[in-house]
Amino acid sequence: MIGQPGIPPAGSSRSESWGEWFDRHSRTFFIAPAVTLILIFAVFPTFYSIVFALSRVRFTGDGLSFRFVGLQNFYKQFIGTEQVHFLGKIEAMDAFGLVFFIAVTAAVFWWLYRSLKTTTWIGMAGRAISAAMAIFLAWVIGATLLSGNPIGTLLTTLFYVIIGCALQFVIGLGLAFLCSQPVRAKNFFRVVFFIPLMITPLGVGFAMRMVADSSKGPLLPLFNLFGIGSWIWSADAWSARFVMMICDSWQWIPFIFICMLAALENVPRDHVEAAQVDGASSVQIFREITWPQIVPVAVTVLLIRMIEAFKIVDLPNIMTGGGPGTSTESMTLHSYYIWRANDFGSSAAIAYLLLILTVVICASFFNYVVLGQLRKARG
Amino acid sequence: MSIYKKSVCLLSGAVALGALPGASVAGEFDGVTVNILTRPGYVIAGRLAERGKEFEAATGAKIVVTEVPFAEIFPKIQNDWSTGTNSIDVGVFAAGWGVELDAAGLLEDMTPYIEKDTKLDLDDVAPYFRDFGQKIGGKTKLLMVDGDFQMVYYRKDVLEKAGLQPPKTWDEYLDVASKIHGQDMNGDGQADYGLCSFKKRNAQSYFAIQTIAAPYVQTMGTAQGFHFDGATMKPIVNNEAWKKALEIYKETGKYSPPEELNLDITDMRPIYLAGRCGMFIEWGDTGPLQLGADAASVKGLLYAVGAVGAKEVLDRATGKLVPVTKENAPHSVDGINYAPFAAFGGWAGAINAKADQKKKSAAYAFLSYMNQAAQSGVDVTIGETGYNPYRNSQLASTDLWEKAGMPKELAENYIGAINGALNNLNMASDMKIPGAAKYTSVVLDTEIARYLAGETTVEEALKNIEAGWEEVTEDFGRDAQIKAQALALGTGQ
Repeated sequence: MIGQPGIPPAGSSRSESWGEWFDRHSRTFFIAPAVTLILIFAVFPTFYSIVFALSRVRFTGDGLSFRFVGLQNFYKQFIGTEQVHFLGKIEAMDAFGLVFFIAVTAAVFWWLYRSLKTTTWIGMAGRAISAAMAIFLAWVIGATLLSGNPIGTLLTTLFYVIIGCALQFVIGLGLAFLCSQPVRAKNFFRVVFFIPLMITPLGVGFAMRMVADSSKGPLLPLFNLFGIGSWIWSADAWSARFVMMICDSWQWIPFIFICMLAALENVPRDHVEAAQVDGASSVQIFREITWPQIVPVAVTVLLIRMIEAFKIVDLPNIMTGGGPGTSTESMTLHSYYIWRANDFGSSAAIAYLLLILTVVICASFFNYVVLGQLRKARG
Repeated sequence: MSIYKKSVCLLSGAVALGALPGASVAGEFDGVTVNILTRPGYVIAGRLAERGKEFEAATGAKIVVTEVPFAEIFPKIQNDWSTGTNSIDVGVFAAGWGVELDAAGLLEDMTPYIEKDTKLDLDDVAPYFRDFGQKIGGKTKLLMVDGDFQMVYYRKDVLEKAGLQPPKTWDEYLDVASKIHGQDMNGDGQADYGLCSFKKRNAQSYFAIQTIAAPYVQTMGTAQGFHFDGATMKPIVNNEAWKKALEIYKETGKYSPPEELNLDITDMRPIYLAGRCGMFIEWGDTGPLQLGADAASVKGLLYAVGAVGAKEVLDRATGKLVPVTKENAPHSVDGINYAPFAAFGGWAGAINAKADQKKKSAAYAFLSYMNQAAQSGVDVTIGETGYNPYRNSQLASTDLWEKAGMPKELAENYIGAINGALNNLNMASDMKIPGAAKYTSVVLDTEIARYLAGETTVEEALKNIEAGWEEVTEDFGRDAQIKAQALALGTGQ
């Protein structure tokens, strides 16, 4: 209803106009508390921590004192005293590392060149950021891992994210597929597979520390049976990383499992039965009918899991304290240990580097994988 | 807890009323609550809570002990006191941490309280803990509840059977370990370890490397220090002495449990108490711990040497190791330089300068009560408390220890080792300057862990430690650190 200014509409009262005004703005009122809380507890600290990342912070008798140091806290992670800790031991690349770096760089530039014809300038800007990150990571991988040098917390984190999430996805999807079949006691298995997700990460850490104890843990008889009773997983960098990834997978496979089970159960049965009548094999049915229908859920679940995996901290903190050396230390744990020594500036800088890494990788995955699969699914 | 310990607790409670500071009277602190923050578990915190109940009964002050993870004690106290939150009245932490808090004016000066206290008897506190542990800039800002330094323990029966003497130098430590490694030391039919080490990262491994390095680097007495050049604050770490220490530390891995890189002190204790270790570096806790029910196989067998030394020492001008002489190491004995390392420096209580006066008075009275010989003389003999001796009266005779169940010969060895270390004029002090946590538990710990794990060479590790320490010094300001170091080592005003 539109009335003349200053003249209330016929039959309206003051309370009715308040009610109408409230109706018009109710969405704002309802959403305001949530937005305010997010601003206070998420957005403000995120921006305020930039001040920390660019400062040397000290406790004084009257609170905190800040001394502006520019990008020094970032600089030392790449070039200064923390380079080996963060990036790994960067030395002259050997042939294998160099070939890998050149191959990735060439592929990235080819992809950019092809995108020029099909993408807007905003899309090209996004692709340029993704390409820069890919080339930088290829350089770090080539100079450290593929040249036989120790890796830093950056690649350790990526190891947990990429290899860990891939493993969790394959096993989680497999279990979900099994539980979606008409097997006996499948509800029992659904509950059992879901239990690890309900345990706090701290609890998982302590439980896994006991399970993985190499001197008197419950798996020792099994290790002895296979002749690896004297194997000390915590003494070697890569075995420690793999144990950490397996323990993390134990907790997170249920998440993949439960989401993929829901997706699998939504696949129309008549499509599957029609294919069976036509004589399609199980592999063909999965590849041609089931997978295309669950792929939007699959890539979304993988994206959520990756974002979570970047933040891994409890398991390496409890099980190895980041050791041996710095081999199991993730970027979050790196930031936490420095924070604990009251070096808030460096801690905030590492947290920002983690944020940039997470955003670029996850946004790239979303744009080039998730959206692609969603478009394909919509036909 | 054993019947002995329960009886000791009851008896000590009974004497509580008579042992309060001179100025304290019954009901004096009615309605006052003193909040104490310290580490988790019975060790350190448990005895504070038990003594707190006695104190409450005697004075009316309620003692509330809050426990947080070890690594969070210092940041929490610093945060609480410097931001004016003031929810904590007393922090019980490493004596060395007090310097950084005091630099921000957060610690109460206890001198006026001590002047009125007739029962504290500070002269009875061993000189190192009284002058280096409790005092900052000449004023008493902390009161000890525990005295800490690392010693080397050995299995007397195992060494005797092998016809070996306890090691006097770190080279001998490795030599003895190599000769007893693989023997069955507890009769379970399994091969045991020549020595045990705890080298887990982000734990307490960085103390042991300093225990090994100290006799190679410090020769001229406590005031010389062994981390920095006092005049310039340049690290004295990238040299042959620290290189030798790191190499020895890595070499110990040959005779240690294979999972040593993931063992903390709390993981190692059950191993040596089960009789599986020929030797190990530990704090004073081992003496009474071996009397516990869970240490039946080693009861009375773990003897100690107060310090293991070196026959070569650092020539600071050249960075090279040179043979010990009376000129370059005046405190040396028979050509061996000893420098027992006050690892951690002991747990001590400090009072928040911004707390209410009534709370500060009650807090001081409680810390004094804990420190007095009547209470601490009992507490240090109970292994589970985590308290090690720090008063002369606790080390003057074997009576206290024999009463606690220690055989006389072992008690003589134990207090003899401690006395020998405490009276050593070349005792090496733990870092007591602002940023100590960053210097040691971050930079040193990380580089040691990386070297032990094979990520870096010894040369790279030393170079990285030097660069890391320089960066921390620059962050805090070189001139300020030079002054702080002088105060910490007793050479400044």
